[in-house]
Amino acid sequence: MQGLKLEVIPPPPISRRTLELGVRYSPEFACMPLKINIGNFIEALEKGADTIVMAGGWGPCRFGLYAPVERDILNDLGYDCEMVILEAPDSKLAEILKQLKSLGENVSIPEAYRAIRFAWKKLIAVEELERKLEYFLPRVNDKRTAEEIYEKGLADIDRAGNKMEIEYIVASCRGKWRELPQHNGEILKIGLLGEIYTVLEPGANYNISRYLGHLNAEVTRSIYASEWINDHLCGGFIKKSLHKEIIKSARPYVNYWVGGHGRETIGHAVDFARKNYDGVIQIGPLTCMPEIVAQAILPRVSENEGIPSMTLWFDEHAGTAGIYTRLEAFCDMLQRRKQGNSPSLHPA
Amino acid sequence: MDCYFGVDVGSVSSNFVLLDRSFKVIQKVYLRTRGNPVAAIKEGYRAIKNDIARPGLKIKAVGTTGSGRYLASVLLGADVVKNEITAHAVAASFLYPGVNTIIEIGGQDSKIIILKDGIVNDFAMNTVCAAGTGSFLDQQASRLNIPIEEFGGRAMNSRQAVRIAGRCGVFAESDMIHKQQMGYPLEDIVMGLCEALVRNYLNNVGKGKRIEEPVVFQGGVAANIGLRTAFEKILHMNINVPEYYDVMGAIGSAILAREHIEQQKRSTVFRGEEFILNGEFKSQSFECQGCPNMCEIVCIKRNDEILAYWGDRCKKWEASLNKKKDEAV
Repeated sequence: MQGLKLEVIPPPPISRRTLELGVRYSPEFACMPLKINIGNFIEALEKGADTIVMAGGWGPCRFGLYAPVERDILNDLGYDCEMVILEAPDSKLAEILKQLKSLGENVSIPEAYRAIRFAWKKLIAVEELERKLEYFLPRVNDKRTAEEIYEKGLADIDRAGNKMEIEYIVASCRGKWRELPQHNGEILKIGLLGEIYTVLEPGANYNISRYLGHLNAEVTRSIYASEWINDHLCGGFIKKSLHKEIIKSARPYVNYWVGGHGRETIGHAVDFARKNYDGVIQIGPLTCMPEIVAQAILPRVSENEGIPSMTLWFDEHAGTAGIYTRLEAFCDMLQRRKQGNSPSLHPA
Repeated sequence: MDCYFGVDVGSVSSNFVLLDRSFKVIQKVYLRTRGNPVAAIKEGYRAIKNDIARPGLKIKAVGTTGSGRYLASVLLGADVVKNEITAHAVAASFLYPGVNTIIEIGGQDSKIIILKDGIVNDFAMNTVCAAGTGSFLDQQASRLNIPIEEFGGRAMNSRQAVRIAGRCGVFAESDMIHKQQMGYPLEDIVMGLCEALVRNYLNNVGKGKRIEEPVVFQGGVAANIGLRTAFEKILHMNINVPEYYDVMGAIGSAILAREHIEQQKRSTVFRGEEFILNGEFKSQSFECQGCPNMCEIVCIKRNDEILAYWGDRCKKWEASLNKKKDEAV
């Protein structure tokens, strides 16, 4: 967006204060992503932002209504801001360009196109780092250093001014990770599925993929931000997507669109099972309807496809002990299953 | 004689067991945590130490579990620090080798564990609601002025259980009050509550799980014969309650501890009596200013020596302590 000659004020990272602000000003029954959004927006407005860009949507998930609700909440609070809602176009890239361009002043279409391409490049690089961290974290001995390499890499990408720089940063992070000593213990492979916001935003899921990494489990997420933008905002225009395959995998468990990513959750669970993953974890914000539908079907998938599953709901509680206990127990279970039924429980 | 020490520090109770080489219970202690786990651990150790001091007895391994497992491990020096699910499953499948279902109801949480061939195959814990757990029963017992120990017995005198809403603890309570005011006998209300809690458990915790015999019922609430009967009635199954139902987590952690040191061929890191009883343990908390997360860090000290940090999402405080240890070595 900086390429659109706009000053961008990103909200500060999600913190306890973000959630507190969100909880205070949101309807009690709304799900956690809305509350975090509100908190983010207030914090960005406090830093001087005057326009908010928010994605829209439609269908049985409440998300489609969030942008107007959020605008009303912020206006009621007395914030004088504009909100631009990006609606999913009917699979035309030009539509998206037009919507984004309406934001920029004095920017030509080719300039806008270049700006978006560069932002896309950065997003892909960030995800490359995320995936590499997901791979290396369970394998290395010194987890903290592996995380520091990642955090430094992210900050560098943020500052990078051109394509070459970005590529160099990614390569150098990869090199540093490769040099870290690795252990030869068993690595569990876990698929993380569920509601997109909770899956993508570590601030909303207590960073469970990191925690699992510390337990020597390699986490693969069902969805990455670039895929969502590709499938949902650009109608699969940018690159060929696996979305259709996943929908196919959901059969015969879910044959219809149940709203949100309910069908995708089931499709991915089947997909992970067929790729011989050790287990899947479904996550979502409490009260998320599409994921509740998926949760009800997941035990059948577990049984038929032979993959253990667990569901975790997230809400505003700050205590992490309960979540980590469940994750640890889940990993223990997978570990013991993998070793076969030979717990050495023989009294002398 | 070699023995193994298992500790389960939960929200409501703290349990301690000493097992011999064939995993028989030499001694067990069941205490209320009363919101002060450090005091409970010291008290529990004191209560069990006379047995430890018996000639020839030697602690070969220590295991901790429960929500206070990290704290207990810092105070005692534990070889294994394990979650409650694994610990409970290990203890139950040791006592009942073919067990398929474990129902565990404790002070604040309840779990269901499904086993297949002695391995945990699936599990669930209560999520947002603590209805049906020990603390809710405690509260209702004191409201009805029945000592908790007699609660189950009173239910057994019931001839016709009253139907109580079990979906939520608050609903259950208002329904109970309503039925009381209508004049139903207390026994029938108490039994009705037991059945409501069983339905609540099966619908929330046991949702989507296939419950198969043999079934083992453990945790502090297993003492309540009313609940056990309600489970039998609703499931149409025989429910086994182990002799040491209230300390199964501690038993499991002692078994795991032994398994660990024998597999790793290590000796225990148990810190010994002097460390536990003669030190003054203090915990402090502070807000880390390192990033916008502002984590609440807890620091555990013995006299002036820092033993542990936790609460930091980024683990930088935890790691700082390990670095110091590495340098010292």
